[in-house]
Amino acid sequence: MSDRPAIAASELSATYGRRPVWTGATFDIPTGSFTAILGPNGSGKSTLVRLVLGLLAPARGNLKVLGEDPQRGNPRIGYVPQGSHFDPELSIRGRDFVGLGVDGHRWGVRITGREQAREAIERAIVSVDANEYAGRQLGRLSGGEQQRLLLAQALVGMPQLLLLDEPLSHLDVRNQQAIVQLISDVARERRLTVLLIAHDVNPLLPHIDHVLYVAQGKLAMGKPSEIITSESLSRIYSSPVEVLKDSRGRVFVVGLEEEVSHPHD
Amino acid sequence: MTESHMRAIRLVIDNSSPQLSWNPLDDLAAIFHYEFMVHAFQAGTIIAVVAGAIGYFVVLRGSAFAAHALSHIGFAGATGAVVLGFNPIFGLLAFTLGAGVAIGALGTRLRGRDVTIGIVLAWTLGLGVLFISLYRGYATEAYAILFGEILGISTSDVAVTLVAGAITLVAVVAIYRPLLFSSVDEDLAAAKGVPVTVLAVAFMAVLAVAVTEAVQVVGVLLIFALVVTPAAIAVRFTSRPAIAIATGVGLALAFTWLGLAIAFYSPHPVSFFITSLAFATYVAVRIAEPLSTRMRSTTANATA
Repeated sequence: MSDRPAIAASELSATYGRRPVWTGATFDIPTGSFTAILGPNGSGKSTLVRLVLGLLAPARGNLKVLGEDPQRGNPRIGYVPQGSHFDPELSIRGRDFVGLGVDGHRWGVRITGREQAREAIERAIVSVDANEYAGRQLGRLSGGEQQRLLLAQALVGMPQLLLLDEPLSHLDVRNQQAIVQLISDVARERRLTVLLIAHDVNPLLPHIDHVLYVAQGKLAMGKPSEIITSESLSRIYSSPVEVLKDSRGRVFVVGLEEEVSHPHD
Repeated sequence: MTESHMRAIRLVIDNSSPQLSWNPLDDLAAIFHYEFMVHAFQAGTIIAVVAGAIGYFVVLRGSAFAAHALSHIGFAGATGAVVLGFNPIFGLLAFTLGAGVAIGALGTRLRGRDVTIGIVLAWTLGLGVLFISLYRGYATEAYAILFGEILGISTSDVAVTLVAGAITLVAVVAIYRPLLFSSVDEDLAAAKGVPVTVLAVAFMAVLAVAVTEAVQVVGVLLIFALVVTPAAIAVRFTSRPAIAIATGVGLALAFTWLGLAIAFYSPHPVSFFITSLAFATYVAVRIAEPLSTRMRSTTANATA
């Protein structure tokens, strides 16, 4: 693991329009680590991702991404946006969609580098085990299949950092576990830093190194076992938070949702 | 000159309506015997290529209503130009371009975008009606704008269409990849550095030029048949973008050429045949599709 963190934030604050989302965040995401971003709806998890992508400027503080200021269209970042499930009528093959990750941002049509592009696309498709259905229409594939191709698209440019905004939210438990395992394997193999936004920490627990908790205008980072406890969350958010454990070892956080104005956002 | 004028001239020259012979080559040669038919085929071919190509993006972006609205909004521009004594094509272009840029700037994600477009559309059609009433000539100009006038195309019209068509195609090629990207997933494209709003505006501007061209063939009311239907059929056959575009172009060409040829030997308007061919093909594909899927799944079950 190199010394420079993949993402370094100091006294970072974000606003949405003029409304402050969260303030005073200081944290380092070590290179090659797998971090889950957790927190209630509307707490500003996606805002953090937008800052890292350079789509939003910090209101205050300092943010370094892979040692540099955030820049839009950074080729070293692979991204899967939130709510990406495609219209069934959307007429494009999975393979062509992955190809957009190679050079979709360039003007004109692909003239040179066809062979390299084709090879990169096939490698990415194989790495997510999507060979069987990559030639089919993207919108007609299942949620899990679409998610794998979204991941292939994010991986095709050989990024160093993966930003995944709720990649598990439309999947059943079995698919959630399979996708997390896949992300974890690919990341370890390629020494990728992964930031993954999730609603439910449980499918992630066996794989993640850190948790970045976003709630009530504050960010808190640490090891899952340190952060996701009643004492720790209650102290960070100065309100009674309870972390419950069921018989199968799954954890549930209760008490941070109260501030949410649109619970079904 | 309108279609009816041309037909009248043709009847005077020939002293009879063209009759089909038993030799298809002779029949084909007879069509190209007339300059206005040669012009119609030339302009129709250019327009079919442009409309078929841009249609894929119209379907992919879910902008069919916007395309339809553009042409209707253009109607007010065209009739306004007629009142002021200009060539209606310039009024048409000015209005479709203005509307296209405005619609593009509204963004694809804005909920109720179609409602906004519809409200503007209704008002501009009202304007169009006013302009028709102000123009004290024949209503034939308005009729030509509404339903197309491909049989009245001059040599200079063909040249203008060729230039406009070439510009449109070059523009589509120039923005091809980022346009495809932002049409498939706008959030992802934006994160990858694609200027999605600029592209949305640019696409609508290109569409406005294409629609203006296509109005010459099928008129503002029937624009769907050339700009949307061929692409809508094509995407039912293939989900490979390049092949979908090629198929759309092929279908638009087939509808235009066949429509022109049939109309030559019949007393009915070209627009009717082009739109009917497009519609019939679409219906046939929609009927055949579930049948073939069912057959495929029965075969799959039988072999399983």
